[in-house]
Amino acid sequence: MRVLAPSLLRAALLAILIAFLVSPGWFEPLLKPLVQDNAPAIYNQGSLLTLTLLHLRIVAIATMGAVIVAVTLAILVTRSFGAEFLPLSRSLVNVGQTFPPVAVLALAVPALGFGEKPTLVALFLYGLLPIFENTLTGLTTLSPSVMEAARGAGMTDRQRLFKVELPLAMPVILAGIRLSVVISLATATIGSTVAAKTLGEVIIAGLQSNNIAFVLQGGLIVGALAVLIYDGLSAIERAMARRVGMGRQTN
Amino acid sequence: MNIRFDKLGVVIALLVVYGTLVAPFATFRANRIVPGEAKSMLAALPVGAAVALIGLMVLAAAVILLKTPALLRLVTAAVALAAIALFIGMAATHLTPPENTYARVSPASGFWILLFAYALLAADSITRLRPLPFVRVLLLLVTLGGAAVILMSGLWDGLSILREYAGRADVFWLEAGRHVALALGSLFAAVMVGLPLGILCHRVEPLRAGVLNTLNLIQTIPSIALFGILIAPLGWIAVHVPGAAAIGVRGIGAAPAFLALFLYSLLPVVANTVVGLAGVPREANEAARGIGMTDLQRLFGIELPLAMPVILTGIRIVLVQNIGLATIAALIGGGGFGVFVFQGIGQTAMDLVLLGAVPTVVLAFAAAIVLDAVIEMTTPSRNQGRTA
Repeated sequence: MRVLAPSLLRAALLAILIAFLVSPGWFEPLLKPLVQDNAPAIYNQGSLLTLTLLHLRIVAIATMGAVIVAVTLAILVTRSFGAEFLPLSRSLVNVGQTFPPVAVLALAVPALGFGEKPTLVALFLYGLLPIFENTLTGLTTLSPSVMEAARGAGMTDRQRLFKVELPLAMPVILAGIRLSVVISLATATIGSTVAAKTLGEVIIAGLQSNNIAFVLQGGLIVGALAVLIYDGLSAIERAMARRVGMGRQTN
Repeated sequence: MNIRFDKLGVVIALLVVYGTLVAPFATFRANRIVPGEAKSMLAALPVGAAVALIGLMVLAAAVILLKTPALLRLVTAAVALAAIALFIGMAATHLTPPENTYARVSPASGFWILLFAYALLAADSITRLRPLPFVRVLLLLVTLGGAAVILMSGLWDGLSILREYAGRADVFWLEAGRHVALALGSLFAAVMVGLPLGILCHRVEPLRAGVLNTLNLIQTIPSIALFGILIAPLGWIAVHVPGAAAIGVRGIGAAPAFLALFLYSLLPVVANTVVGLAGVPREANEAARGIGMTDLQRLFGIELPLAMPVILTGIRIVLVQNIGLATIAALIGGGGFGVFVFQGIGQTAMDLVLLGAVPTVVLAFAAAIVLDAVIEMTTPSRNQGRTA
């Protein structure tokens, strides 16, 4: 769907988001009707911009870690020497997804204390699964004829991996990363229940002081970030898929 | 006969050795919030029991290390799991001074590592054995039954998590009921609405993109925010719509939690219904039309049964997700196991966190296994791999 309207909408969303973060005061009249008499309509216990940057940082670090580990593991279990681990790793991914994020977060606290660390660990562990699953799918569903051709051209195992398998699997891997980032963006807000500095702080402050405006602005910032990042990554994915010359179905 | 090692076995055996000999088995604390002292197996158990347990672990490690039949590995995992479950209870009794109700004994890293290692072993041997769906459910029931028997026997009563439970048994079951009601109720509502909506989206092409995009957008709102945002409109409805308050619609509590879970559940149900219906082979539909089936007959006789595995996969995603998300409901007074998690976080009482987290994980895990089995039973050909 290459129409102009969605891109314009996105640009507008980005502009509003930046305006809100840089100068939240402009939006006060919009949020004022939501709060009781003298309650503040704009989060006043810290800068929204700083919290947003911290939020993005924690998600970025966790996602980078998850990408490195998940892709490496997926490559290992799809090589011949790691094949024994393949069936188990599949069922582990399935089991891992049944762990609720709050539980992962709460269980990481005894080991790591309060603050950013348990949040990072929870985001990392939770982010692993979609990336690992998609990398596996990408690497195990390559067309046999392509692999034959690569082998026939006399490529070594390493060359095949880096020149054929990974580039072809890249769109599917990226789809996994995208999913993982969106989940992490939302899950990071829960991190504020264990005192991590994220946008969750705004929402929780709102819940505690019965201030809907806080809840709304915290939630909408995270939502807008998720939509924009999701779209950005989708665009990269499409470009990659075009480059490898196959519009294959991603999940 | 030459000795051959099992590659995965090497990893698991290393975990077992580490968990048995290096990592502490139990933690002893003088009361529920002070930092604890770690106790190795030898320190945590009577000498005879400790030696027996270490011997058993070494034996298990040997079985795991070598290439042994999958069934033997499964039995080893089961015996070892039962053993650590029994001995951690014994450690609690052994470490707690008599008549002391403040002291807390909880499983330490060694216990969790062993639990993880044997669970890994069990998962691997089950994967290799490829049991039929109902056998998997049976295994689940046996495991849960075993845990229930130990719980009722009182063997674990000395453990900190059960000390926390003992003080609030009534509340625990009340919150458990609320948790399940929230997760299942919102799933039920989502299926009631999502299935027809999915069918409609399948039939009416122009509707599809709009509905799916809207539902996608809802998913990007973080759960705690969505729960919070719904407080306002529901509060307004409770005050202004006659009768709403009487049926339980309130600004805080279960109503916004229910509605939030319902909204999150819609996307997987609708999307999978659309994907499932789109995947029905054209020939099947043509044949049905050919023998003169009406649209409605075709829907219920051909399309829905063929799409069922994919729709059920959506329902599985929703159920597992809802059981996890229902913990957040506690933040807005909606109850559920999250009450203990957040209370525990607030009081830095990790045993209380566990009291909320462990049942949630068990519930989600059991739901996943049962629904996976159901999905496999409804899939006509035994094709592996998940859909959607």
